[in-house]
Amino acid sequence: MNIIGLYNYWIVVVLMLIGFYIVIAHENLIKKLVGLTIFQTSVFFLYISMGKVAGATAPILDENYQIYSNPLPHVLILTAIVVGIATTALGLALVVRIYEAYGSIEENDIQVQDTHDRLECQLEAYGRQKPPTLFDQETN
Amino acid sequence: MLLSFLALTAIAITRMGDLFAVVMLSGIYSLLSASLFLDLDAVDVAFTEASVGAGISTLLFLATLKLVPRYEKKSRYKPALALGVVIVTGALLIYGTLDMPHFGDADAPVHQHVAPRYLNDSINEVGLPNVVTSVLASYRGYDTLGEVVVVFAAGIGVMSLLMVSQRTKARALTKVPADMQHQIILRIVAKMMLPLILIFALYVQFHGDYGPGGGFQAGVIFAAGIILYTMLFGLSLTQSVIKPVFVEMLTAFGVLLYSGVGIVCMILGGNYLDYDVLSHDPVHGQHLGILLIELGVGITVAAVMITLFFKFTWRTVKHKYNQ
Repeated sequence: MNIIGLYNYWIVVVLMLIGFYIVIAHENLIKKLVGLTIFQTSVFFLYISMGKVAGATAPILDENYQIYSNPLPHVLILTAIVVGIATTALGLALVVRIYEAYGSIEENDIQVQDTHDRLECQLEAYGRQKPPTLFDQETN
Repeated sequence: MLLSFLALTAIAITRMGDLFAVVMLSGIYSLLSASLFLDLDAVDVAFTEASVGAGISTLLFLATLKLVPRYEKKSRYKPALALGVVIVTGALLIYGTLDMPHFGDADAPVHQHVAPRYLNDSINEVGLPNVVTSVLASYRGYDTLGEVVVVFAAGIGVMSLLMVSQRTKARALTKVPADMQHQIILRIVAKMMLPLILIFALYVQFHGDYGPGGGFQAGVIFAAGIILYTMLFGLSLTQSVIKPVFVEMLTAFGVLLYSGVGIVCMILGGNYLDYDVLSHDPVHGQHLGILLIELGVGITVAAVMITLFFKFTWRTVKHKYNQ
C-alpha cells in the first residue's frame, strides 16, 4: 500500500531531478530551457496528483455523479501552464538575442568572451592598447 | 505506467545532442503529460497542456532552432558534481514525500479547506456546472487577472527583444520566396481545416462554462489556426489579412476588458470583480461577468501567441534575406 500510495510523488521527484540535472549540467541554453520545462511539468504533476480523489470524476457538476476531484489545483495549474509558455517564449527570445551578440548559445563560450571583454576593458583603463596574446592561446 | 513513460522520455531528452530531436521529444513529453492529466480527472488542464505544451511550445522552440545552431556541443564539465547535487536533493525530497497523504486519499488536508465549498455551493452562487471555470473566473478572479497581465507582459518583452524595423521588413520581403507554394495538398487541407479550427476555438471559448475549456485554451487554439495559415501561405499574405498593429492592440484590449469589468463592478456598488451587481439577479450577473472576462482572457492569449510567432518569424526572415 505504501509503495503504490506514494508512487506518483516519487515519479514527480524523479522528473524534477531530471529537469534540475539538465539545467545545471548542460551548457546549451535551449537544452536548459527544455530542462526547465520538464522541471515545471513535474510541479504540475505534484499539484494535480494531490487533487485526485480515488473513484471521483472531473469537477463538472452533474446529477449522475457524487464525488468530484478537487478543482482548486486544476485552476492553479491551468493558468500556470499558460504563464509558463509565455515565460519560455521570453527565454527563447533572449536566447536568440544572445546568439546574435555572441555567436554561440553554449554557456562556456559566452563566459570566455565575457572574461576576454572585461580584461580588454581593464587593460584599456591602464593605458595598454591591446590585450595580451597569451590569453587567447589559453582559451583555445 | 504513463508516468514511467514520461520518465523515460525525459531521460532520452538528457541523452540527445541533436536539439531538433530534443524539441520533438519534449512535444511527445507534453502530449503524454496531457493524457496523464486526463487520467487524473483534470480535463481542463489536459486540454491546456495539449494545446500549449504539445502545440505552441514546440512551435516556438522550432522557430528558435531556425535561428541558432542545431547541435549541442559536448560539455566540458564533469557531470559528477551535478549528479551528486541532484541525488542529494532527490533523497531529501523522497524523504519529504513519506509524510504525504496517499494518492487518491479523500481525507487529505487539500480536500478539507475551500474545495468542498466550491463543489457544494458554486452551483447556487455562480450557477456554472464546470467548477474549474467558476473558481478560475469568479472565486479566484484576481489571480487570473494577474496571470493575464503576466502573459501580456511577456508578450511585450518578446516584442521589444525581437523588434524588426519597418524598413528591414520591406526590404527583406521582396526577397522571400513563397516557401510552401508547391505544397498543394498541405495548402488545400489547411484551407479546409482553418474554418473548423477557428470555429472550434470559439466553441471552446463560449462553452467553457459548461464543459472543459475557457479563454486560455480557446486563445491558444485560435492562435494555432492563424499560425498554421501563416506557415503555409506566408507572412505577407497573413499580415495583409490581419494587421500586426491590430493584433498588438488586441493584446492590451483583452487585459483592459478584464480589468474594465472589475471597474464597472465597483461603479455599480460591488467590490472589484464582484459580478453579482452586474445584473438584477446575482447568478445572471455572474454569468455575464464570467463571459466577459473569459473573452478578455481569450483575446489577450490569442493575440500574444500570434504576436510571438510573428516576431520569431520576422527575425528569421531578417537573418536569411537581409544581406
